[in-house]
Amino acid sequence: MKYDVILAGVGGQGILTIAYLLDNAAINRGLRFKQAEVHGMAQRGGAVYSHMRISDREIVSDIIPEGRADMVLSVEPLEIHRYLYMLSPEGVVVSNIAPVINIPDYPDQGVVLDALYNLPRPVALDAGAIATEAGVPKAENMAMAGAATAYMPFDLSDYEPIIRKLFERKGPEMVVANMKVLENGYRVGKFTRALLEAGLPGAVACRAVAMCRPDSLDVVHAPRVVELLRGQKVGEVLSKAREGLITLDDLIVELA
Amino acid sequence: MEVREILLGDEAVALGALHAGISGAFGYPGTPSTEMFEYVEPLAAEYGIHARWSANEKVAYEEALGMSFAGKRAIVSMKHVGLNVAADAFVNSGVTGVNGGLVLMVADDPGMHSSQNEQDSRFYAKFAVVPCYEPKNQQECYDMVREAFDVSERLRLPIVLRMVTRLAHSRADVVIGDRRPQNGLNPPTDKQQFTLLPTNARRNWAALVARQGEIIGESEASRFNRLELEGRDRKIGIIANGVACNYVREAFGGEVPHAMLSISRYPLPLGLIRKLIEACESIYVFEEGYPLIEEAIAGINGIGKPLHGRSDGTVPATGELTPAIAMDVFGIGRTGGIKSTLGHVPGRPPKLCQGCSHADSYTLIKEVLKDYPVKRTFSDIGCYTLGFYEPFDGVHSCVDMGASVSMAKGASHGGLFPVVATIGDSTFMHSGMTGLVGAARDNANMTLCILDNSSVAMTGTQETMATGDALYNVVRGLGVPEEHIKIINPLRNKMEQNAAILKAEVEYRGLSVIILRRICVQAARKARG
Repeated sequence: MKYDVILAGVGGQGILTIAYLLDNAAINRGLRFKQAEVHGMAQRGGAVYSHMRISDREIVSDIIPEGRADMVLSVEPLEIHRYLYMLSPEGVVVSNIAPVINIPDYPDQGVVLDALYNLPRPVALDAGAIATEAGVPKAENMAMAGAATAYMPFDLSDYEPIIRKLFERKGPEMVVANMKVLENGYRVGKFTRALLEAGLPGAVACRAVAMCRPDSLDVVHAPRVVELLRGQKVGEVLSKAREGLITLDDLIVELA
Repeated sequence: MEVREILLGDEAVALGALHAGISGAFGYPGTPSTEMFEYVEPLAAEYGIHARWSANEKVAYEEALGMSFAGKRAIVSMKHVGLNVAADAFVNSGVTGVNGGLVLMVADDPGMHSSQNEQDSRFYAKFAVVPCYEPKNQQECYDMVREAFDVSERLRLPIVLRMVTRLAHSRADVVIGDRRPQNGLNPPTDKQQFTLLPTNARRNWAALVARQGEIIGESEASRFNRLELEGRDRKIGIIANGVACNYVREAFGGEVPHAMLSISRYPLPLGLIRKLIEACESIYVFEEGYPLIEEAIAGINGIGKPLHGRSDGTVPATGELTPAIAMDVFGIGRTGGIKSTLGHVPGRPPKLCQGCSHADSYTLIKEVLKDYPVKRTFSDIGCYTLGFYEPFDGVHSCVDMGASVSMAKGASHGGLFPVVATIGDSTFMHSGMTGLVGAARDNANMTLCILDNSSVAMTGTQETMATGDALYNVVRGLGVPEEHIKIINPLRNKMEQNAAILKAEVEYRGLSVIILRRICVQAARKARG
């Protein structure tokens, strides 16, 4: 078993905390890991990335070979595109949809999102919304880690002791809130994965999932959603969108 | 029970040094070396050792050498270009040799992730004729530094531990060993060893050179230099060093089918190299850094067999190596990668933080210089180098620590006007002071802006040597007339009065120093907790 992830984002978005979480989860499971990161100048609002490698065997290189990454995980949707050359043809992309526009030539946001949805295996989430809902608006990175977990050799219980270590001194409610963010991110990741593996196009799967409250996404209902969405175009899915988020049950009713 | 810790390469060196019984850590911050010292610093009290940043790398090295003189073990860390600053002390410490163990951790930056060049510190070790270790992974960082201290005391020589960015800033789990006690006080009994009068130096130097056979013999026998010939294909023989060995193995999926020599200890194990060359039909040198090994074995006449590496273009002549480059070099097909439908992905360079005093300082300087036909500003190493970018356009040079001051002085003697230079408080204390002494003596027609943000900000807001009043007193003490030292806070709402002050000093035909004083926003945040 090996799992190689490129973690990406903009300096200050907390990708090193995601890395910390995954590093510790790996070591607690008795797995090997290596995780190369960027320090120094780039951390000042520039593009930052980390190579995260997990394996049950010795890992030789700190850097992931080009074209072999199993996942590109980005806290910012434009940054995904900087590392696609690293992704394996079977790889997945997990991205936040909220842009960080701190450069003058940032492309049209709609174009950036379409480019994400049209990748072979996209998982998209509004990490800020998930974090804010739980009362910890800065915990976007935790939502991302949760979504990524849908593909990684971990489950949420692996994170609990690590989250406790990270946040306990700030109060037990911070531990609970961050775990909730992880869980809701995980629900988005797991549900999207189920839709993609059933063969739905990325854009259809992501748009449909985006309509739902993350805490209502229960993967047991995924087959039903697949059945309803099969053959639908993105435009048809979008026409079902309502003001604000709806529950998965309501989505099923809408689609039916 | 086996104890494992998650450590950056730099941190593994730090913990290895602590467990090897150091009595002190010395250094000056510089990416990618900073985390070595930063790991030791908060543990200094617990371990009963000295750990405080030094004014510059030369000072740090000399302090470490002094601790070694006293019989204690010391580690000193710096980035590769820092070793240029410390070179005088370092090279001569090869001639003095050491008393207590002395290890220099120097972190190179192949690919220039955050440096102005990619110089290869192995050349410095060769130049000083001292041994050098080059770890491949975090475990070796820990193990090698421990061994290096023992070797340093046995050979009575300083030892170089060469790091590279990818290892310095990569984490993995490391198996931790026991903690060795510190050495007792044991200053040298003779007075010749550390006194490099020519008569002593000649004797020391001849002795050092005469021992090279023995020292090379240690490289041959080192467990960190590994020749793998048995059962391997010999059409191709591969030589790789440090992390480059990992990329070769990764390229071949873990098992290299060809004969291979992995080098992680210097001086070069000449016998092992000869064995590989004799056994193989052609040699590939896959080297992270300059072609040191390649040039050493090529000599002038070559090896009488095809030799490939950075010199003949088989491996790119510059830049950091990767597993992908190894795959290309060894003809292993590469697939994968997805094309972005966005086409061009705009760059996202780093920027000055929201509320950064440097941003306001550059806005001020730009405002004052707008009336002059020639706008050229000399700058230096630090966050403020980002003033190069729009909208500031306030940096026209950045060469080495302190160069802003001396280059400004030289340009003023060449007739350039106006001459404005910017330098941070820590860079000024590192190497700007010496330039300013001369500028004061000559009353050079220039204006030096010291951007005093009370912090070594770029490397993570480390403690600075002198800030505030202390910095002012240094400037005055160097001979700058009091009436031409101005202290301002570069606030936007004080733009008009600040511009008048700066303009008057730019117009003054002589030396003036403006201290633009406001704490770094990151340092302020850290101080608040």
